Amino acid sequence: MIDATGRPQSVLVLGGSSEIAQSILAKLCPGRCRTVILAGRDGPKLQAAAEHAAVVGADTIETVDFDATDIDSHAKVIDGIFRQFGDIDLVVAAAGVLGDQEADERDPVAAARVITTNFTGLASAMLVVAARLKAQGYGRLVVLSSVAGLRARKANFIYGASKSGLDAFSQGLSDSLHGSGVRVTIVRPGFVVGRMTQGMDPAPFPTTPEAVADAVVRGIESGSAVVYVPSILRWVFAAMRSLPGWLWRRLPG
Amino acid sequence: MNGPLGRRALLTGWGRTAPTSAEVVHAIHPDIVDQAMKAAGSDPALDRGLIARGLGRSYGDAAQNAGGTVVDATWLDAIHQVDLTRGLITVGAGVSLETLMERFVPMGWFVPVTPGTRMVTVGGAIAADIHGKNHHREGSFCSHVTRMTLVTPTGTVELSPRSDPELFWATAGGMGLTGVITDATLQMIAVETSYMLVDTERATDLDDVMDKMVTGDAGYRYSVAWIDCQATGSRLGRSVLTRGDHARLGDLPVRLRGDPDRARAFHPRTLLTVPITPPNGLLNPLTVGMFNEFWFRRAPRHEVAKPQHLTGFFHPLDGIGAWNRLYGPTGFLQYQFVVADQQGETVRRVIERLSSLKLASFLAVLKRFGPGDPGPLSFPMAGWTLALDLPIGFHRLDSLLDELDQMVVAAGGRVYLAKDSRVSSEAFAAMYPRLDEWRAVRHRVDPDGLLRSDLGRRLGLCGDARPRPARKRPAAKKKRAPAKKAATSTATNERSSR
Repeated sequence: MIDATGRPQSVLVLGGSSEIAQSILAKLCPGRCRTVILAGRDGPKLQAAAEHAAVVGADTIETVDFDATDIDSHAKVIDGIFRQFGDIDLVVAAAGVLGDQEADERDPVAAARVITTNFTGLASAMLVVAARLKAQGYGRLVVLSSVAGLRARKANFIYGASKSGLDAFSQGLSDSLHGSGVRVTIVRPGFVVGRMTQGMDPAPFPTTPEAVADAVVRGIESGSAVVYVPSILRWVFAAMRSLPGWLWRRLPG
Repeated sequence: MNGPLGRRALLTGWGRTAPTSAEVVHAIHPDIVDQAMKAAGSDPALDRGLIARGLGRSYGDAAQNAGGTVVDATWLDAIHQVDLTRGLITVGAGVSLETLMERFVPMGWFVPVTPGTRMVTVGGAIAADIHGKNHHREGSFCSHVTRMTLVTPTGTVELSPRSDPELFWATAGGMGLTGVITDATLQMIAVETSYMLVDTERATDLDDVMDKMVTGDAGYRYSVAWIDCQATGSRLGRSVLTRGDHARLGDLPVRLRGDPDRARAFHPRTLLTVPITPPNGLLNPLTVGMFNEFWFRRAPRHEVAKPQHLTGFFHPLDGIGAWNRLYGPTGFLQYQFVVADQQGETVRRVIERLSSLKLASFLAVLKRFGPGDPGPLSFPMAGWTLALDLPIGFHRLDSLLDELDQMVVAAGGRVYLAKDSRVSSEAFAAMYPRLDEWRAVRHRVDPDGLLRSDLGRRLGLCGDARPRPARKRPAAKKKRAPAKKAATSTATNERSSR
């Protein structure tokens, strides 16, 4: 169960090797979280994430083979997890790839793959999760969105569009779950310095996986629907979205 | 099931934290309880169990059952039998203490134990084994219950402390996890009026108030101290101590003495109801500090035998409807613990810790308990009990309270489940060493674990905390991280050495 201070006892991560998800677990496991299920593509990164979860204090750790792009498998895999582990307090939808904008623009199949992983695949998986959480009468769904989805930039509009879709989907899902005991928290980080952005020049107001995790944990406690990291981005992007096109196109990056 | 018995609703405790949804079944008759119990047990797809709920005054998740059935027992509001010569009454479990006072105070009988609110049901009072300001003299609620009817998954039983002491006392403080109480017989206490004679005095610091309580409480039937948790330094623990007993007719001023009906009248009114939930932060260190200063100064330095109506003495907050909204949308929690008489130092350290953090505790109440009753999960035990209302949202409140738990465990104390919304199952097990005894009794009447609540799940009382064996071969592919064993044991050692 989730306690009054927002601490879950069990967590399922979709996209189990996500760096941000690992930072979230590092905050939750010293608290009440004992059961961690990492669903992701099997491989050394997922195993390393499982070892990390053990180091930060989880007692029961399981890795489950889950591929966001293999949509036909989602119901079977996720239902299987809930059947095996019973109630799951918190689900973190963290699967995501950045892609390579320049290359992907020339390779529509690769572009579609980014969108399938980040949006279509997670949408399908989240529907299965939402039905399960609704049936258990409670739960938290944390969705790792991005400010990149608030207004697509020419420099990463494939990724931005996928996050935009995910974000809109999550908002609607959140409203549809209102009153069911299940709450959705949408996390919109800015540029996160980490594995995914290695070798890139940081955008203004960069953040870290740890800072994102801190904000997520606070967001779960207070029941926030939307969390920006850093929080100033809420206002920065309120302004950015109303910039005229000619100025928006000229922004660096 | 032939159509749903209940309606889906989102429930929280009084602290308005951790909402979960459940099918709420209105128990308009005890038969409905039976039927809901059978329905919950017969549908394997809906194995989410059942719990009873009264007026929802438990602060945490005791009367919630996520995804399962919640039996609204407030409908069991019949008064079955009344023996006015002996003060023995048999009432439905959903009858509130307020109703009992309204009906019986004018006839000269008062409830044997009342907490700080009248808005609790008899069933809830038994399930939490509630206590009041008279615990040091008269024990907790279940000590005054002579019998009850308990609907369990294995049948309905008539229960008295003599017929089945194990089940009776497992139900006293058992948080509803041994069955649904449908009616109970109480031994009321005789009163002449609806007034109290109250002595009030200020205490300059914690030593002063504890000293006054140790030396003076025995002379009073009711005693409680309000503590200003924000006072620091030499004023740490400054308090207002109020103690008293029921007033006899002859004790009252002439205008009441000459009008016995008025002297026994009991018509509580809600002065106002908090209409909306204000934003978080209304109760902050500044506003709470101002209130605490006002409350301390308002109290007379020393006043003796002042007549005061029952409601003002016992239930000052009941005059304000939905006061829990004042804590804002994120809600609040109450931390109440008890430690033995000789562990008064723990009370000091807790208050010091809170005042050093300038944590705004609007209500801090100190009281001395007498010996506890035999319930394995019953909260009261001889010693000091301190209750603190704390808003959610203070950063690190979770780890601060874990720290206080460790202090309480080290002092051999425990926290009160009716107030709890966050204790860990490990700390809980350390606080209630007779837990296995209780589990054995529960297993006898509920072998399949049908009685479940969010609190029970959180603390592993329903057997739900452990992963259930998969019914079918799970689709999930299991793999254990190779370094798990070694790494986990290190992590466990780190935790336990803290």
